[in-house]
Amino acid sequence: MEEVMQSKVKENKPGSNSLKNRMTDWIIKLVLFLIALTCVLPFVHVLAKSLSNEAYVIAQQVYLYPKGLNFEAYKKVFSDYSIIRSFFVTIFVTFSFTLTGMILTVCAAYALSRKHLKGRNVITFLFMFTLYFAGGIIPDYLLMNKLGMLDTIWSIILPLAFSPYNLLIMKTSFQSSLSDSLIESAVIDGASQFRILRSIVLPLSKPILATITLFYAVGRWNAYQDALFYIKQNINIRPLQLKLYYLIATSTEAVNAAMEGTAQYTNPEVLKAACIIFTTLPIICVYPFIQKYFVKGTMIGAVKG
Amino acid sequence: MKMVKNDAGVLKVRKGFLYYIKKDWQLYTLLLLPILFALVFKYGPMFGLIISFKDYKIIKGFLGSKWVGFDVFKKIFEDKKFWEACRNTLLLNGLTLVAGFPMPIILAILLNELKGKYFKKVTQTVLYLPHFLSWVVIGALAYQLFGYADGAINNFIEDLGGSRIPFLQEDYHWLVSYVLINVWQTMGWGTIIYLAAISNVNPELYEAATVDGAGRFAKIKYVTLPGIRSTIVTLLIMQLGRIMGGSFETVDALSNVATTKFTRTIPVLVYRSGILNAKYSESTAIGLFQSVIALILVLGTDRIAKKLGEDGLI
Repeated sequence: MEEVMQSKVKENKPGSNSLKNRMTDWIIKLVLFLIALTCVLPFVHVLAKSLSNEAYVIAQQVYLYPKGLNFEAYKKVFSDYSIIRSFFVTIFVTFSFTLTGMILTVCAAYALSRKHLKGRNVITFLFMFTLYFAGGIIPDYLLMNKLGMLDTIWSIILPLAFSPYNLLIMKTSFQSSLSDSLIESAVIDGASQFRILRSIVLPLSKPILATITLFYAVGRWNAYQDALFYIKQNINIRPLQLKLYYLIATSTEAVNAAMEGTAQYTNPEVLKAACIIFTTLPIICVYPFIQKYFVKGTMIGAVKG
Repeated sequence: MKMVKNDAGVLKVRKGFLYYIKKDWQLYTLLLLPILFALVFKYGPMFGLIISFKDYKIIKGFLGSKWVGFDVFKKIFEDKKFWEACRNTLLLNGLTLVAGFPMPIILAILLNELKGKYFKKVTQTVLYLPHFLSWVVIGALAYQLFGYADGAINNFIEDLGGSRIPFLQEDYHWLVSYVLINVWQTMGWGTIIYLAAISNVNPELYEAATVDGAGRFAKIKYVTLPGIRSTIVTLLIMQLGRIMGGSFETVDALSNVATTKFTRTIPVLVYRSGILNAKYSESTAIGLFQSVIALILVLGTDRIAKKLGEDGLI
């Protein structure tokens, strides 16, 4: 029977058809290749610019490879106190934010994943409601003002540190991966819930912990809206994205090195390009290795949401 | 503890609040800090919404300011800027939806047709890249490429003998660029759900179609697309629900002083009149209006999606 089917399949695929098929394969590959190029070429261009001699950039001759290769722009970036400071601000903020977020999310997700917990649905609703309705920009801002957190680093660490969306994903994951009998037997053995969380739940949930950690960290690394709203006067604590924002938005936000005399020889375009690469490089280097966790988390979120 | 008789006449213990606290105090302890965070940072601002019904003065505070009923809303509804912001929000989100919705579906189908594993993996990874970029960087890249005076694309066009195009410096060009950049940013990541849906299509259907002599396009048309139809419908409805939502960053990162016609969306207006000009009551009311409409749309479309989803499953 199978043989008959196979021969029939072959009959339906004469030589010309398979040639057509291979042609289609190549066309599909070509189309996808071109679309993928649109994601890569912008960086190739900016990288080329950042490594070029200013004269070529001013003459608008730099496209995809550097002309007059040099690292002057990067030297300036790395010797600029304000950029390096912003970089460390971002690292500190991302770290504290992610740590806070993870502690809150793990605690809430574990407690809410216990089905017998009285009031579980009410508390879950309390968290989930905030996904659909929020005070908005101005009430958030006034709250920051009231708490005295404007122009402090806490304004970009605390308010967003607890994400109900991430809680939802982690809770869903806990519910499907942790068996109730395992937890119950630990309870019978006299383990406290804190002990269970530390010694059983966390070691068993490494993939989802990695996923949510990365959600928090990459989200914080990339966000600039709250920093733009809350950090106005205190330029010492501008995170990197905000620094880049002002650098791009206003040419008055000059790099210090450029301001001190050498300005006339410095084309801000090359420096801008170097700053873009400097801001983005950590993400570009890391994301190919972490994307699978993102895919996983996105799938859990999509199934639930 | 109270003893209560239920319908069957059996004595049942109805346990009090304290009983559960005592039994599960450890779990409740774990919830304390998260609840505190939600109350302060999520519900706190909701309390602040009352100032859209007040004539808010910082010196008098939230409670001390005078109630004015719906006066603030009356005022913003008479404001041309407000309606312009509503129009822009709908226009930008609507165009992005129309142009951007089919892209992930097309890409997912194309990716699914690929046979070589390596090429597919690399392409997917590259297509995911824009999802991991901040809007500041995307805005910066956009100006590096599409800038009028020195953008690479315009340099190239001039090299070829053409004349420069104000991609980002003229209102209607800006609108098209905004939509395309948003489509570009979301298309790769959007394939994930569709690829998962395609991989759930029963492979026997493809075999049967092959036996029936179906070619590649016939299979896409009669097997793949019907197989992921419910995913497409659900996502479309969900995205329609977000049409009144507004992202500040996407618009702010791409806008400039030359283009003002379409860039003033609701969040941008709220930011400018609220934080920059301290008109707190009005801007809070504008934000509240947007939140309420958005909430109604999300809940409504969610209900429709669930109804259709059930139909699709049976």
